[in-house]
Amino acid sequence: MKKRNELLQLRVNPILCDGFGHCAELAPDLVILDEWGYPIFPDGPFSPGEKERIRSAHLAIRGCPRQALVLERLSVDTK
Amino acid sequence: MNSRILPRVLAGPGLLDRRPLTYAQHETNFASSFRTTNLLQELEKSGLTGRGGAAFPTYRKAQLIADQHSRVKYVVVNAMEGEPAAHKDHTLLATNPHLVLDGAAALATAVGARLVSVCIPREAAATINHVERAIHERQRRSNTGPKFEVQTPPGRYVAGEESALVHWLDDNETLPQFRVVRPHVLRIGRHPVLVDNAETHAHIGLIQRYGGDWFRDLGTADATGSTLVSVSGAIRNPAVLEVALGTPLHHILETAGADTSPQAILLGGYGGTWLHGDHVNTPYDNASLAKFGASVGAGVIMVLPKQGCGITETLRITKWMANESARQCGPCAFGLPAMAEDLAHISSASRDAVAAIQRLYGRGQAIEGRGACRHPDGVVRLVRSAFEVFQPDINRHAKGQACAAAATSRYAPVPRLASESDLVWE
Repeated sequence: MKKRNELLQLRVNPILCDGFGHCAELAPDLVILDEWGYPIFPDGPFSPGEKERIRSAHLAIRGCPRQALVLERLSVDTK
Repeated sequence: MNSRILPRVLAGPGLLDRRPLTYAQHETNFASSFRTTNLLQELEKSGLTGRGGAAFPTYRKAQLIADQHSRVKYVVVNAMEGEPAAHKDHTLLATNPHLVLDGAAALATAVGARLVSVCIPREAAATINHVERAIHERQRRSNTGPKFEVQTPPGRYVAGEESALVHWLDDNETLPQFRVVRPHVLRIGRHPVLVDNAETHAHIGLIQRYGGDWFRDLGTADATGSTLVSVSGAIRNPAVLEVALGTPLHHILETAGADTSPQAILLGGYGGTWLHGDHVNTPYDNASLAKFGASVGAGVIMVLPKQGCGITETLRITKWMANESARQCGPCAFGLPAMAEDLAHISSASRDAVAAIQRLYGRGQAIEGRGACRHPDGVVRLVRSAFEVFQPDINRHAKGQACAAAATSRYAPVPRLASESDLVWE
């Protein structure tokens, strides 16, 4: 049986993003802003078990005025 | 055609006559009894990689499009060549346009496309003329095979990026698109598009005539075949040469008539890397250049002589690249001008130079990988390699001792802006 081994990663569409900075206020644990106000995600992908992070990721996604954020599923190959 | 004789794609009288070959001349020039029936298989055998800069295996790209289920597919010939230091595609189309069109037609048939778009910047009137004439000539001869059209997007730097080109064909905007996964199938409407550089198409034209094993006779085991290079900088006449991959760099410089003991060489393009002058004996292929973090890229070789100033050259290029940004993504639109400003402080050895060096390191980290296309990454790569290659110079500039050439060094061909108002970011 295939073991479900997924990781989640918050990502931004850089073309849509206009640097409103709402994401950094709604999800300060996931997002920091660069010197021009565009988001950086300092930590790598996180596991679906981390409910707190998923909650804040969804807050950031819903709060983005340009709808530029997506929560991406990365499937990890386990050997 | 003998497999070991260069030039290959530039072969024939066209280069000397400064006149493109007619179809009849083309047929005698590249006469061959062999015509492959399975082009994709020959491409895999040949080991041809894309000549536009990324060096992605052409076979895999073609197979990806061939596997798509769609009634309509397109093949695009990318002759946009936004690099001011590169002239290879224009030289090729002004010499052997039919070879490029042959390759595009063969590739279109192999992947199941019925329309080939040749994209040439609208400023390059002569090249457009050559290609339109060649297409007309072919259509008069036979009505079979894929249809050709010429597209003329405005010739800005990012317009040559493949997603920007497809965006133009789809929606008349030369802006790069955001792609989540790579390799990504680009589409016009719902229909998949195969984009390849003009030079790659010319090599495909030869592979179709002579086969993949013939192609492998030149080059190294990993980097097969020949490639076009545009040599500029410290050279009397900027030249386009065809060289076998794996040729030592100093040999290329010698043949082109350039300075053979330079201070540094800019390789790949304006989003490429500086290579220190001590390494001119390096073979010109990606595997050997990777040791110095460099790559063949789009075939640009810009020679900086000993009397030039590498920091000033990097500044000039960075400034121009910042102005060429599509300004879609914040890190690129704001970050590149900020980097250019920092470099200006170092170049002029101002009091802020030491702080500017620190800032540049941080900004490079912050900008890299955060654009929709690779434009900002290229500039970061260029500045980083400048920091490595010109380290002693940078230290001297930081102490307030600008070199004698800092104000006057003008080797990299950077287009002058028509007016100050063309500069958008200041």
